[in-house]
Amino acid sequence: MSQVASLAEIRETFELLSDWEDRYRYIIELGKSLPNLPEEHKVNANIVHGCQSQVWIVHRLENGKLEFALDSDALIVRGLIAIVLAALGHRTPAEVLAVDMDSLFDELALKRHLSPTRGNGLAAMVRRIRDIARRLA
Amino acid sequence: MSHATNITALRSDFPILAERVNGQPLTYLDSAATTQKPAAVIAAIADYYRHDNANVHRAAHALADRATAAFEEARRKVQKLLGAQRAHEIIFTRGTTESINLVAQSHGGHRLRAGDEILVTELEHHSNIVPWQLVAARKGAKVLAVRVTANGEIDLDDLDSKIGERTRIVAVGHASNALGTINPVDEIVRRAHDAGAVVLIDGAQATAHLDIDVAALDVDFYAISGHKAYGPTGIGALYGKESLLESMPPWQGGGEMIETVTIEHTTFNRLPFKFEAGTPHIAGAIGFGAAIDYLAAIDAQALANHEATLLRLVTDRLAQTEGVRLIGTARDKVSIVSFLLDGQHPHDVATLLDQQGVAVRSGHHCAMPLMQRLGIPGTVRASLGLYNSPADVDRLVRAVEKTRALLT
Ligand SMILES: Cc1ncc(COP(=O)(O)O)c(C=O)c1O
Repeated sequence: MSQVASLAEIRETFELLSDWEDRYRYIIELGKSLPNLPEEHKVNANIVHGCQSQVWIVHRLENGKLEFALDSDALIVRGLIAIVLAALGHRTPAEVLAVDMDSLFDELALKRHLSPTRGNGLAAMVRRIRDIARRLA
Repeated sequence: MSHATNITALRSDFPILAERVNGQPLTYLDSAATTQKPAAVIAAIADYYRHDNANVHRAAHALADRATAAFEEARRKVQKLLGAQRAHEIIFTRGTTESINLVAQSHGGHRLRAGDEILVTELEHHSNIVPWQLVAARKGAKVLAVRVTANGEIDLDDLDSKIGERTRIVAVGHASNALGTINPVDEIVRRAHDAGAVVLIDGAQATAHLDIDVAALDVDFYAISGHKAYGPTGIGALYGKESLLESMPPWQGGGEMIETVTIEHTTFNRLPFKFEAGTPHIAGAIGFGAAIDYLAAIDAQALANHEATLLRLVTDRLAQTEGVRLIGTARDKVSIVSFLLDGQHPHDVATLLDQQGVAVRSGHHCAMPLMQRLGIPGTVRASLGLYNSPADVDRLVRAVEKTRALLT
């Protein structure tokens, strides 16, 4: 369960990109480099509900740290997943709960993707990750 | 009355079209979800609240008279729009969905027996499937679906093979919201009546585009939404044949729909009030009436030509765009095009179009059985209204090209 780009890298890159095309090109790139979830994990039990595209999530606790793997059939959603994983992956449950995702997405000017009315399910994904962390904290 | 023939000039009647989104001028291509509203409709709603607001059919004061007169006048406008013979055959509802639920619960609940069949099609919106499933489960009836061909047309041979002596209700859309297909409703009504079934037509996507004449169609029920035809949300109507509506039990109970009430027994009001429990959406009905007036003032032939020209243009331009695959190529269509871009997810495409100011819909369009039938997860849908122009089509096509470059 690897991470494609670190949060620091993502932050730096976003700072350099001023127009929407470049930002989306980067999100799409992140999406392309996100490792695929093995097919056997793409089952109903792992689906994150509330997304227009399909999103799957699996997790395990390793040495006290939560490791997540997510995938989607939509490329932009995969890019957003890469950002979520950079922020929330490979952390203890308590650390996951301490991250302020709202302000991160605000900073990246991606806030509107977190709004619950958006079909991409980013808000649902973050909620699901936090639920898992809460159970294990 | 002189009818507006210059359709292009009508765009300026819609204040919202001057909005900018994501820093871009708005190209609104999601009219099948809901149309934008002309200033006349917005003004009619505001004027009602400013000058005439009161509850209808009750109080003996001047405002109540005005509100009631305006509300009932709106009913007559809907009657005229649909070609109904009697105003009391028009029931105000929240929209198409509520109209269909009313028929399913009241007529279906009253008439259906175990083993009876309700026939829908694979083209239907969930609103014309799920209400039938609910009543079917309650009554032990069955919902069957007529097949749709690969180009998105109802397979009439399959209709013939599925319609039979157990068929009680045939429920079919006038035009498909997902693909735009215009269905041969007159033919379907004829075949259903030959088999002794009652027919409901979901007219949600027809109202803004097609001439509707329920009397000539001889259809039993016709369901519409105001907001799909330049009117406000929250208001719609059900047309029902008088004899059928008379035979149906009330659906919801409350004020307005009663004649006398004792704790033991209630007698019900006459049509249409029997089916309009509670305070209705008075402002909505008046706004809907204003939308009907607005449409009536436009030359119907000029409007049809305008939309047909745009549909041909958007279809041809998209067909020539690399990577685009059109979904739904029926011969007769309202101004809706569905498409896929290479192997890209419709949601990705719609997100990038939105960044360019182009508002489209992506997904299954509340027609999951149709998507399953076509073997696709969904589509990108551009749907056009009277205010769209060739420039909008051009912006869409350019935005699709840019989207493709970004995604591949
Ligand atoms: C064909 C069709 N039927 C029914 C509906 C439901 O209409 P409403 O949501 O206004 O009740 C829609 C709206 O999307 C539609 O397009």
